[in-house]
Amino acid sequence: MRSVGRSVPRKEGLDKARGRSRYVDDLRFPGMLFGRTIRTTLPAGELLAVRLDFDTAGFTVVDHRDIPGRNVVALIQDDQPCLVERAIRHAEEPVLLLAHEDREALHAATVRLECRPAEPVLDPERSPSAFKELTIEKGDLARGFAEADLVVEGEYRTGRQEHVYIEPNGVIAVPGDGAVTVYGSLQCPYYVHKALVALLGLPHEKVRVVQTETGGGFGGKEDYPSIIAGHAALLALKSGRPVKLVYDRLEDMAATTKRHPSIVRHRTGVTRDGRITAMEIDVLLDGGAYCTLSPVVLSRGCLHATGPYRCENVRVHGRVVMTNTPPSGAFRGFGAPQTVFAAEVQMDRVAEATGLDPVRLRESNALRPGDTMATGQRLGEDASALAVLREAVLRSDFHRKRRAWRGTNRGIGLSLFFHGAGFTGSGEVMLASRAALELRPRGARILVGSTEMGQGTRTTLAQIVAEVLSLPLDRVEVADPDTARVPDSGPTVASRTCMVVGGLLKACAEEMKERLGGLSPAIYLKRHGPLTITREYAPPPGIGWDDATYRGDAYATYGWGCDVAEVELDPVTYEVRPTRVTAVVEIGRAVNPLMAAGQVEGGTAQGLGYALLEEVVLREGRMANAQLTNYLIPTTLDTPPVDVTILESPYRHGPFGAKGVGEMPMSGPGPAVANAVRHLGKDVRSLPITPEKVLECASLSTADAPTSTHRR
Amino acid sequence: MVTALGRRSLLEPRSLGEALRLLRDEGPLVPLAGCTDVYVGLHFGTVPQQRFLDLQGLRALRGLRLRGDTLVIGALATYTEILRSPLVRRRLPILAEASRWVGSPQIQNRGTLGGNVANASPAGDTLPVLAVAEATVVLRSLDDERRVPFGSFYTGYRRTVMRPDELIVAIEVPPVEGRQWFRKVGTRAAQAISKVVMAAVRARRPRVALGSVAPTVVRVPRTEAVLAAGGELAEAQAVLVEEIQPIDDLRSTAAYRRRVSANLLAQFWSETTTSRRRGRRS
Amino acid sequence: MRFSLNGRRTDVDAPPLKRLLDVLREDCLLTGTKEGCGEGECGACTVLVDGVPVNSCLVPLAHVRGRRVTTIEGLRSRLPEALVREGGTQCGICTPGVVMAAATLGPRPTAARVREALAGNLCRCTGYAGIVRALAGARAAPPPRVRRARRR
Repeated sequence: MRSVGRSVPRKEGLDKARGRSRYVDDLRFPGMLFGRTIRTTLPAGELLAVRLDFDTAGFTVVDHRDIPGRNVVALIQDDQPCLVERAIRHAEEPVLLLAHEDREALHAATVRLECRPAEPVLDPERSPSAFKELTIEKGDLARGFAEADLVVEGEYRTGRQEHVYIEPNGVIAVPGDGAVTVYGSLQCPYYVHKALVALLGLPHEKVRVVQTETGGGFGGKEDYPSIIAGHAALLALKSGRPVKLVYDRLEDMAATTKRHPSIVRHRTGVTRDGRITAMEIDVLLDGGAYCTLSPVVLSRGCLHATGPYRCENVRVHGRVVMTNTPPSGAFRGFGAPQTVFAAEVQMDRVAEATGLDPVRLRESNALRPGDTMATGQRLGEDASALAVLREAVLRSDFHRKRRAWRGTNRGIGLSLFFHGAGFTGSGEVMLASRAALELRPRGARILVGSTEMGQGTRTTLAQIVAEVLSLPLDRVEVADPDTARVPDSGPTVASRTCMVVGGLLKACAEEMKERLGGLSPAIYLKRHGPLTITREYAPPPGIGWDDATYRGDAYATYGWGCDVAEVELDPVTYEVRPTRVTAVVEIGRAVNPLMAAGQVEGGTAQGLGYALLEEVVLREGRMANAQLTNYLIPTTLDTPPVDVTILESPYRHGPFGAKGVGEMPMSGPGPAVANAVRHLGKDVRSLPITPEKVLECASLSTADAPTSTHRR
Repeated sequence: MVTALGRRSLLEPRSLGEALRLLRDEGPLVPLAGCTDVYVGLHFGTVPQQRFLDLQGLRALRGLRLRGDTLVIGALATYTEILRSPLVRRRLPILAEASRWVGSPQIQNRGTLGGNVANASPAGDTLPVLAVAEATVVLRSLDDERRVPFGSFYTGYRRTVMRPDELIVAIEVPPVEGRQWFRKVGTRAAQAISKVVMAAVRARRPRVALGSVAPTVVRVPRTEAVLAAGGELAEAQAVLVEEIQPIDDLRSTAAYRRRVSANLLAQFWSETTTSRRRGRRS
Repeated sequence: MRFSLNGRRTDVDAPPLKRLLDVLREDCLLTGTKEGCGEGECGACTVLVDGVPVNSCLVPLAHVRGRRVTTIEGLRSRLPEALVREGGTQCGICTPGVVMAAATLGPRPTAARVREALAGNLCRCTGYAGIVRALAGARAAPPPRVRRARRR
């Protein structure tokens, strides 16, 4: 193959590395104003009055009364207002928008919010309302526990994680004639488009959204940009001038979405020889003040809650609840890192309780081709749990280190995980994604709504088309994601882009090749005129899903992964230092191996941050550590070498066999590190594993007895 | 950056004399050295002062040299200059080590020792070093010079004995007898604020100083007395955890700080028992 | 304020306390230097002043009077190509800062030396692996392997 499977350099790489790429804050428009958002500080209450304690000459001021359409951030439940009217439901909720030509004058303006506080709900376990609740059931739980020789119980917790894309959220809204164009750092131009149409009450064709070069997303720019875009658009329409609204780091961290915190409880029945007979799992996610994407996060979390294991008797019950905190949202992994953490630490505890080796226990119970999952989905040939496990164990020399390091301050632990590629259940069918390919004199131009945010979309989609049409890569252009010019290919999330949108483009290219019939593009165009081929998503044959009963094929296919983490515990400071991670993934086919590995390397680093360093600290519902000096992501010296192996097992319905890779690496490090820490004798069951936690936690020789046992 | 920098003013003296005259006659003025603290404050809008005095042009405040037996470090010496200085590495190697642990290379290239001392943060990484070195802070005003022993320089949380018309011009370090030791326990492996930072000297009269465990950097004389008298390490540790006053804060807990301080004391003691220092940089 | 910018004599009329970062981006129209945090933590704003890497978000304009300022636009280096080749740039927003911070590394630095020199540059995308490969050589950071899975 000349393109697919080769580590071709990213198309825009040199522009990025030489500082020539233009991100939204690099752009300016004539007559442009700067925007600013005034936010609440109370987590709950009522807004009584807004006092403008400054000379408003030269200012544009916008509040909810200026909203021409509906005061709503259109997403799933439409419960979130774009601007506060009266009810305050979380700290940092946006109330007022200001714009001015001079940034210094803008920031000097003082606004007083008069509020009546109310008692906030800050503890998810005490929340009075749930955004969503669901249950997945298989077999007979009571019978499963009756069959068990031992029952192991545990509770596991993960905290709020912030994305820390190095480029903060930002947009520029440019008003036109009864129209508006928004340029911005975002993952899903069509989500923003839909939200603006609802907010502004404008016809579809009067709203245009264009993605600018985006400095990282990780899910933090999936739904949030609808809010900042709405704010900028309101200011632009009222002032009649372009408005740039770019957050500084503090505002971005304090006010935008976070990973859902979780409390997951497991009750596992297991026979003496290591067969898991029953899994009872309870998942609680903290959704923050508004629904946003919580139902889907809960869904994915619950569907991954058992871990990649087979079991005849399963019950997963999940709830995502409201608290008066800034809303939780999408973040790489989307529920799975939370529930896989719990499942994999639970597995090691089951191994401890049965006296079985953690690898053996996993091997016995890992899903194999032909096995049935909790929803009744039957796995195909591409179920690679065993393959990744064995490769990681071999490559890391796991068993030898596990024996040799016992009783020292070094530990080694592993985690086995999986990730459904594409939208859950009937999601892909509902999205009805479209992709188009336009014939150009020198080659072809890709027209999709999918976005590049560093993961390599622009290049890998072009590689797929270049391969089919036998073109050099530089003859395949990728149009900027501009809603005026490209179709809605669905959001760039859920590890779906290469597989689903790449698949559509492959089909477009194949049809184009046939139509060309051997002619060069230039000649074809001269003879026959323009040619654009569009394709819409159709599900692979034989998959079905029932939303009502929550049964069927939850995902078209899965990626599989295994991480082995090696750590060192400093006896003086209780710091856990990761010294090496061995990461093995099976992702169908690596269209661009260097970029696929980049997703594993980067996702593993971000997962190590989640495991050891990152913790959003809330005080009275407000983020207290909204500075990079206090919210810590790994530096070069916190990140160990990551040894990456990509296994290929082509997926029949993916382009050239490709599945998805972007999110899965996030799930591995948390539990692998926790299990390594267990190996060196500390019983930690929550993330992040801070030195303070290690100091306070129980030592394993006393605490490893399972909470309840029942012996036959 | 929320502060309107265009509306604040900067005075740029060309000599130390001119700077001191401005401080006396045209204050209040905030001195600017490396700006690595002040500009963070300006960015977040926590610096209310309107008028600033640029020290960058003052050659008298630069350089590191030996005057007789005393190591004289100019207030504007940057961390990079300090950690590369053969003089410092010979006379006060723990200052070079502390400088390596400050921020990042970019911060080390700009941040100054004078700034670290004047900023008066209880977490300042160089402060425990200067405390055990029993350094002297040299203060100048237009008509006066004061030499303040480091141990008397801080009077409370972020408060010093400095008068508004004074500048730190140099830090003077006498010869330090004994084996020097330093360790910073930060929030992560690089670019970290310290949770506990300790400097110590093993000599007949041992000296121990800690940061981030009290409102200011502190020496721990009762602990030192136990060690000097040949007491058991465990006893010294017990005295130490009572002598310091750590708190729970955003970064860590009092309990952690107490335990780790005790551990650091033990590590200092065992690593300086022989003349070879075992590596302990994480 | 007169200073040398990328080898050219420059005179900027701006308040002396204005951040060098803003002077470069707004007055000099050089947008290659990025703002990631404004607090000197992320390193995306790194430029060279007299050949030394600093965070331009923490440098007042007054401090570059008469000095040589070098930005990504003016740096002659093969590092950008190496970063692209080794997957050391993904979203790209941290990359100019990385290139500038690495400018003072000699030829063939060790991986450890690279990590120390870049301890002040945060990257959220790459896990630093491709960056270390680009700067210290492909053998300094384990390169990924691709294999066919055996079906069982």
